[in-house]
Amino acid sequence: MILVYIESRKGAVKKSSLEALSEARRRADELQTEAQAVLAGEGLDAAAAACFGYGASKVTILDGPVLEAYSAQGYALALESLVRETKPEAIFFSATSLGKDLAPRLAARLSVSLASECIRLAVKEGRLEYTRPIFAGKALLTFKLKSRPELASLRPNIFPLFVAGKAGGEVVKKTVPLGADQVQGKVVEILGEKAGALDVTEAEVIFSGGRGMKGPENFRLLQELSEVVPRSAVGASRSAVDSGWIDHQHQVGQTGKTVSPNVYFAFGISGAIQHLAGMSSSKVIVAVNKDPEAPIFKVADYGLAGDLFQVIPPLKEELKKLLAE
Amino acid sequence: MNIFVFVKRVPDTESKIKVDQAQKIIVEEGLNFILNPYDEYALEEALKLREAKGGKVTVICLGPEECLTVLRKCLAMGADEAVLLKDASPERYDGWRTARILAKAVQTKTPGADLYFFGKQSVGADNSQVPAMTAELLGLPQVNVVVKLQVEGNRGTAVREIEGGEEKVEFSLPAVVSAQKGLNEPRYETLKGIMAAKKVQIPVLLLEDLGLKPEDLDAGLEITALDTPPARKAGRMLAGTPEESARELVRLLRSEAKII
Repeated sequence: MILVYIESRKGAVKKSSLEALSEARRRADELQTEAQAVLAGEGLDAAAAACFGYGASKVTILDGPVLEAYSAQGYALALESLVRETKPEAIFFSATSLGKDLAPRLAARLSVSLASECIRLAVKEGRLEYTRPIFAGKALLTFKLKSRPELASLRPNIFPLFVAGKAGGEVVKKTVPLGADQVQGKVVEILGEKAGALDVTEAEVIFSGGRGMKGPENFRLLQELSEVVPRSAVGASRSAVDSGWIDHQHQVGQTGKTVSPNVYFAFGISGAIQHLAGMSSSKVIVAVNKDPEAPIFKVADYGLAGDLFQVIPPLKEELKKLLAE
Repeated sequence: MNIFVFVKRVPDTESKIKVDQAQKIIVEEGLNFILNPYDEYALEEALKLREAKGGKVTVICLGPEECLTVLRKCLAMGADEAVLLKDASPERYDGWRTARILAKAVQTKTPGADLYFFGKQSVGADNSQVPAMTAELLGLPQVNVVVKLQVEGNRGTAVREIEGGEEKVEFSLPAVVSAQKGLNEPRYETLKGIMAAKKVQIPVLLLEDLGLKPEDLDAGLEITALDTPPARKAGRMLAGTPEESARELVRLLRSEAKII
């Protein structure tokens, strides 16, 4: 059995968790086993039910005092107890902020290695084989894990959804008998979360700006583009972030975030190696740059050699028109 | 306040990475190595805390002899002590192996620290595993991807980055903290610091000195391939006025790329 940890926010399942569940189900089918889901916390009945539509054969909801506020320490303890009881062959997470915090903690509790931020999974000779980018995508590492259970986190926006079309199934609720005194740290507050604001790692379309944006005020133009296109976000190059034009949360590249949206728009970004490393796995790249010799054009599917300030307004209008259809 | 900072030597982010597919390793020849950028934020935070509260900052690096250069940079930035955990084996991209060695090194060192700092990830392996695994092995709370940190007595408050927002975390010391860009502005080495760091005899510990046995050091990954991703081909340039090219672009994204 492959167990998948499902994340939710305000009762709704994260899409990236469903992607991980979908991939678990596809590999489980090949391995002639099943995929199950686990959620932690309260008020998760609807979220649990959603998992059946994406390939889960059974869903467990854990709750208890140690799960009331998030801590990797407490969540790893709770998951460990379920793992010891149900003995999955593999456990998958989505490589979100939470997944990247929790999966290694659980791996250490179980004394096993972890395959982080995988972008491809395969079954070879009856074993799972993992592929993940290293050096922010400048190289790809493919390997098998020697330890059991196998632990992996899957990068968001890579794995397609598996639509099982099943409406329900067995949901088991378990209370973890661990007190809140088991942990020495926990989340006390969520700050600055804008409604509907997507991180660049989750976005399907990214409007990214570099030095050619000329100043912080012009990032407003990218924000406006983002407001037109659903599931999009604003990105930035290192030089724009280091100039203080936009917060580092938006930085794409080797010292920022690695992204793989459907479309990556690079406005006024020349294409330094460390930036290209972070965005080369985008499905389609569009570059707008004054300098027709800019290295970004060597990786772009569509290039516009011109003034981004003249291109953005008509582009916004065309996108609006198209999306209104 | 006693603080340990774990650092790593990594190839410069501007490097082109070449791979030796037969040996499944990165070709190191011609690469310029630097202190992992996120570790600079970790060290800066440690130095600021020491300046505010007193104490000692010890920098620990796992890797080959060449890591001494990275440790000297940390000393030149202001660290009090440096230790090299010498490991000549090539990178195995296995955070669990690294975490076991680091935790063992901590356990053999007394007294332990009040804070254990890491960078949020090494640029290269990109695992983001070692801080959390080390915290678990040491039985300590962890806060990863930290952009703000406050410490009062034996209590800490940190803000960590999450998708589209931040989480405020309260914890007790000792604790593991991993640093994200934005936490601070790392200082440069001073000339005086550089000169002084040159003279320091940095202690070198072998893994056997930590009481680790070869079976403890087996990597958990069985690497089957190391490749470079297929190169992207340059696409087409769109000509015309901004209005014309914007219209053509949107048309292509819909009809040819079938994306929007």
